Amino acid sequence: MSLIAEEPELPYQRPPLSKKYLAGEMAPDRLLFRHQSFYDEHRVELHLGVKAVRLDATAHQVTLSDGRQLTYDGLLLCLGATARRLTCPGAELAGVHYLRGLADVEPIRTGFKPKARIVIVGGGYIGLETAATSIHMGCEATVLEMADRVMNRVVAPVTSDYFAREHRAHGVEILCDTRVVRLEGEGRVERVVCADGSSRAADVVLAGVGAIAATALASDAGLACDNGIVVDEFCRTSDPSIFAAGDCTNHPSLRYARRVRLESVDNAFEQGKTAALNLLGRQVVHDRVPWFWSDQFDNKLLIVGLAEGHDRQVLRGTPESRSFSVCYLKGRELLAVEAINHSKDYMAARKLIAERAPLNPDKLADPLIALKEAV
Amino acid sequence: MPMIFFIEPGGARREVEAPLGITLMEVARQHAINGVVAQCGGACACATCHVYIDPTHLAKLPPPEDMEQGMLETAWNPQPNSRLSCQIHITPALAGLEVTVPAQQR
Repeated sequence: MSLIAEEPELPYQRPPLSKKYLAGEMAPDRLLFRHQSFYDEHRVELHLGVKAVRLDATAHQVTLSDGRQLTYDGLLLCLGATARRLTCPGAELAGVHYLRGLADVEPIRTGFKPKARIVIVGGGYIGLETAATSIHMGCEATVLEMADRVMNRVVAPVTSDYFAREHRAHGVEILCDTRVVRLEGEGRVERVVCADGSSRAADVVLAGVGAIAATALASDAGLACDNGIVVDEFCRTSDPSIFAAGDCTNHPSLRYARRVRLESVDNAFEQGKTAALNLLGRQVVHDRVPWFWSDQFDNKLLIVGLAEGHDRQVLRGTPESRSFSVCYLKGRELLAVEAINHSKDYMAARKLIAERAPLNPDKLADPLIALKEAV
Repeated sequence: MPMIFFIEPGGARREVEAPLGITLMEVARQHAINGVVAQCGGACACATCHVYIDPTHLAKLPPPEDMEQGMLETAWNPQPNSRLSCQIHITPALAGLEVTVPAQQR
């Protein structure tokens, strides 16, 4: 088995990159999934720091950036996603950062000095987690969000309001309905200018404005791609000897009866495992209820399921208690739950969503009744 | 470094050195202990590093916080000695700890 990766490090976990690792509170070797000895012992040949630049699906051959060619019987593409870039004037200035990989962290951390003015473009997971970390490191943080509320694509208004309040209470300035039109500075970014003409002084700009599936290698090789590499429920691409897994795939969700592309640790793990089994000749279906989490200050946001298509939201508990959840229903079927500092509802929801258990909305609205009993 | 013992699903017993200052989950991962999945990497967000702690050492551990407790209640086959290994920090008091890994994580 050969593992090819553009990044020079042994495979590592990304979630701490915007949190403890950015804050300098986690040694780099704690990010690693496995140490070198594991790969040696299992005879995995590592090709790190080289990129797979060309895939010839007919000849079953992968060309690496150092000119070498590897021939395969089976191939698994785990290409991930890349940070969407700002396109406004000034986006190329020094001091404008994106956070996706280990190599991105060091320059950002260097800029996060006490009292440094950090302007974050995008109030999603990355933007808000980084804002929280920068405050923790003694910086001043401003978050500029285009929509009318933070995390608008992934949580309910009540949850957006709760997190915006938490951030403001810690000193983060959050501006919604605010579109960035220009970055200014002499070689290095000094100012972020918004559509309404207002501006913010910036020592560091960090843009967290979404990610794009890395599909170039696959599409150049003629594999079907459409917002991700198109795979079936067995993780197989349009070429029967090539599989794909993780953020780079557009795959069917049987549970939600539609195709999805997920940026999720759980999906990366589980689709990867399923793809590996199928690559070895098994016939295992990948069909998970996706879940996501985010840590911001001392708050943990846990989300399970996909809310799209719901016809009703039910709030359990109150934001004032700092522990509550929002349930998304379609009729009596639970589609998704977002739980704020409430692991019990989250864990119960994982099971109920997967089982498609019909719920009783009146019981559901009573936070004194356990979610698992709201049937 | 304290020595600790993992009993993997299927019964294999593994003796490993546990560096101080990291978590029990990280020790398991360093040694590729079967059955400790630890998807979220220690954020207390997934309950896939669930283990059973031997009774002698269980009492020496700080009790689980609310988030961990809530996770454990609906973990696969929870027992009174269930813990999330990502929430247990290695200290000298854990020398001789015996950790049983459940047959599945959920």
